[in-house]
Amino acid sequence: MAYKIGEKIATRDAYGAALVEIGNENENLVVLDADLAAATKTGMFKKAHADRFFDCGIAENNMIGAAVGLALSGKVPFASTFAMFAAGRSYEQVRNSIGYPHANVKIGATHGGITVGEDGATHQCLEDFALMRTVPGMTVICPADAQEARLAVKAAYETPGPVYLRFGRMAVPVLFDEDYKFEIGKGVKLVDGTDVSIIANGVEVEQALLAAEALKAEGISASVINMATIKPLDTELVIAEAKKCGCIVTVEEHSVIGGLGGAVAEALCETYPVPVVKVGTEDCFGRSGPAKELLSKFGLDSAAIVAKAKAAIALKK
Amino acid sequence: MEQKRVAELKEIARNVRIGIIDAVHSAASGHPGGSLSSADLMTYLYFEELNVDPADPEMADRDRFVLSKGHCSPALYSVLAHRGYFEVEHLKTFRKTTSNLQGHPDKNKVPGVDMSTGSLGQGVSVACGMALAAKLDNSSRRVWALVGDGEAEEGQVWESAMFAAHYNLDNLCYIIDWNGLQIDGAIDDVIGPAPFDTKFAAFGWNVVFCDAHDFNSIEDAFSAAKACKGKPTVIIAKSTKGKGVSFMENQASWHGSAPNAEQYAVAINDLKA
Repeated sequence: MAYKIGEKIATRDAYGAALVEIGNENENLVVLDADLAAATKTGMFKKAHADRFFDCGIAENNMIGAAVGLALSGKVPFASTFAMFAAGRSYEQVRNSIGYPHANVKIGATHGGITVGEDGATHQCLEDFALMRTVPGMTVICPADAQEARLAVKAAYETPGPVYLRFGRMAVPVLFDEDYKFEIGKGVKLVDGTDVSIIANGVEVEQALLAAEALKAEGISASVINMATIKPLDTELVIAEAKKCGCIVTVEEHSVIGGLGGAVAEALCETYPVPVVKVGTEDCFGRSGPAKELLSKFGLDSAAIVAKAKAAIALKK
Repeated sequence: MEQKRVAELKEIARNVRIGIIDAVHSAASGHPGGSLSSADLMTYLYFEELNVDPADPEMADRDRFVLSKGHCSPALYSVLAHRGYFEVEHLKTFRKTTSNLQGHPDKNKVPGVDMSTGSLGQGVSVACGMALAAKLDNSSRRVWALVGDGEAEEGQVWESAMFAAHYNLDNLCYIIDWNGLQIDGAIDDVIGPAPFDTKFAAFGWNVVFCDAHDFNSIEDAFSAAKACKGKPTVIIAKSTKGKGVSFMENQASWHGSAPNAEQYAVAINDLKA
């Protein structure tokens, strides 16, 4: 199935649909949830394959362990809850029960980032990229739209080993058509530019594209890279962009500490150091409000990216 | 059980205990107390109960064992060695930089280890997932998890208890090594996780008691676990921490410390007596 360009759909919806689609063909796919099936959209899988859906109740740590037991017995489990609880509450279970034995568990974490909206700070996970990418052997992915989310779920299913997938609550426009290619560990250049390279993921890819348009109107040539895979990072592409543009702006719906921006900066400072300016939430918690308003309030909209892009260019001199 | 078999198992368990002391002494660190208290239970599992094959450690439909109290790795390694998974002499590499015998078991390094454990409360959940998978596969394989009495203070143990009862995992059995001691002292003084029977019964489990150092009692409990349909079983196994080594018995201080040369000699002497 393909999504229509411009259609507004949350990546969590695409996650639920993809689970059903892959589950139809693969008996070994099983799904676990922690009393959030309606919100994470695993409820779609529950409806289609009730015999392979297991609600664990509000007990995320046990869910992670149960998923490991299923994986070690030949199943391919997708364990779902909000990013806050999957990466936050269950960090140590993910590290020691999934990561250490390198179990073939897929973590489908929804409601990542500030766009959780009205539920506020306790439910807005802004640290999951940072937490998950420190686990050895963990793949960390945050798709930009429904089409990429669908392909990422498929890739995660087909790739042995632990994968952390972050999906969003907010409906976002479909950016990619059915010919779009997603590969774990590969960034995709959406716009080629020469003055500054904007490397973004998740809901921020749309904002990055808008920012590039605005910059173009001012005579500034900006690249836009969709870096859905935070780990393993496509360092080859990052270095190539650094060499070509001389400065980088990273953009993510995540803390500026330790996420995509951290990963890009780490990669460049050891290979080809250029200014890296990070767009993300500062060292702070979120708050309640409509998702769109929060993106502006926390400096995650296209206007903020434009300002940071200019700052990055200024640092080149 | 026939007297002769009991005598054979006792002899194996004696050698398993010697292996524990050898390993911990060679490493000059490790956890002898709980290893010795669970040595008979693990001996019974690997020499009487589990459908496993040392020549084919990954055999698809084998029974699974999860050492949820992962710090008792010396007992698991010693049992595996005596069962033929690797050389008994290899136990002396325990905790050394070049050894595969990690302080806490790593499933990807040691043949026969079904799950990497060490962080308490996590192994039981994995055992639940394994039991659920066996149900999905319509397999008769069973899953056994050894749990520390102190470990039962972890909330995740009770999350797993809810899960196993809800999904009617009657192919799953927890064995609680009830030696009554944890690092900081008597479990009742530390925080009081007991009683285990009424707690597990309230969670919907079948509850069985046994003497962790009497093979006939262990056999009866395991039979009761396998006979129970529709719900998981917990075997509450009353044990003695440090069992078999005179100066370690019932001493919390031997939870996680190794004997020196003099103590080692006494320990081996005790076990060979």
